Amino acid sequence: MAYSTREPRVHLEIGSRLENVELVQIAVEASLQQLAIEEGVSCQIGTAVREAVANAIKHGNKSDASKQVSVDFRIQGDEIVIEVKDEGVGFDPGRVPNPLEPDNLLRPNGRGILLIREFMDRVEYDFQNERGTALIMRKHVELPQEDSDRQEEEEE
Amino acid sequence: MKIPARHNSGITILEPKGKITIGVGDVALREAVHEAVDAGAQNILINLQEVTTIDSSGIGELVAAYTTVTNRGGNLKLLNLPPKVQDILQITQLFTVFDVLDSEEEAIASFS
Repeated sequence: MAYSTREPRVHLEIGSRLENVELVQIAVEASLQQLAIEEGVSCQIGTAVREAVANAIKHGNKSDASKQVSVDFRIQGDEIVIEVKDEGVGFDPGRVPNPLEPDNLLRPNGRGILLIREFMDRVEYDFQNERGTALIMRKHVELPQEDSDRQEEEEE
Repeated sequence: MKIPARHNSGITILEPKGKITIGVGDVALREAVHEAVDAGAQNILINLQEVTTIDSSGIGELVAAYTTVTNRGGNLKLLNLPPKVQDILQITQLFTVFDVLDSEEEAIASFS
């Protein structure tokens, strides 16, 4: 699979089964490896995607295997942009309990969004009512120069 | 995947390997902790040295294990955190909850 750093794009559609979380993380990290993204950054992005997909399956689609989660991975400028979309009705991010509050530290769940926000630069939600919820995550990365760029520089 | 358990000076040591992630190692960890507690273990040490990946579900299982053991009057501590696990414990501020040790000898002594 050859990538251009100009317009790389990966699109995945999975059924809402937790075993698919692993597949998406592997595909995204493989794409990042193709782009020669540093391993630590790749691992952070992979973890954020894993958490986003797990939330889409569990909370968005309520683990209904007939519902799909789509993952769209692209480069925009010097950013990796990943959009994870479910078929759920959405939620109010402001009402998600803060897992860092002392009373919440011993809760066994609720840390996924915290990790996503920590590992990515920008996180936005697009609530599309009956058409599902999209989580859009962005992270600045150092992309390698393309051959055409190198050639232009060498000619100058 | 079954998590191996061994004993040292009355401490139960659980040694998960690979992933503790949603649907992979999280359930195995829960079962191993419950099995140890049901067998009468009061003090449990989880050696995370061979853990390659952990996610929020895996962290949740560690927290649930901590609660299960302490609610029964026992102690649960963590040993040999790989850098990735350390990072996530830092982000989630769970370093304030868990007693984390770097050597088994030191860990065993800390229970007494």
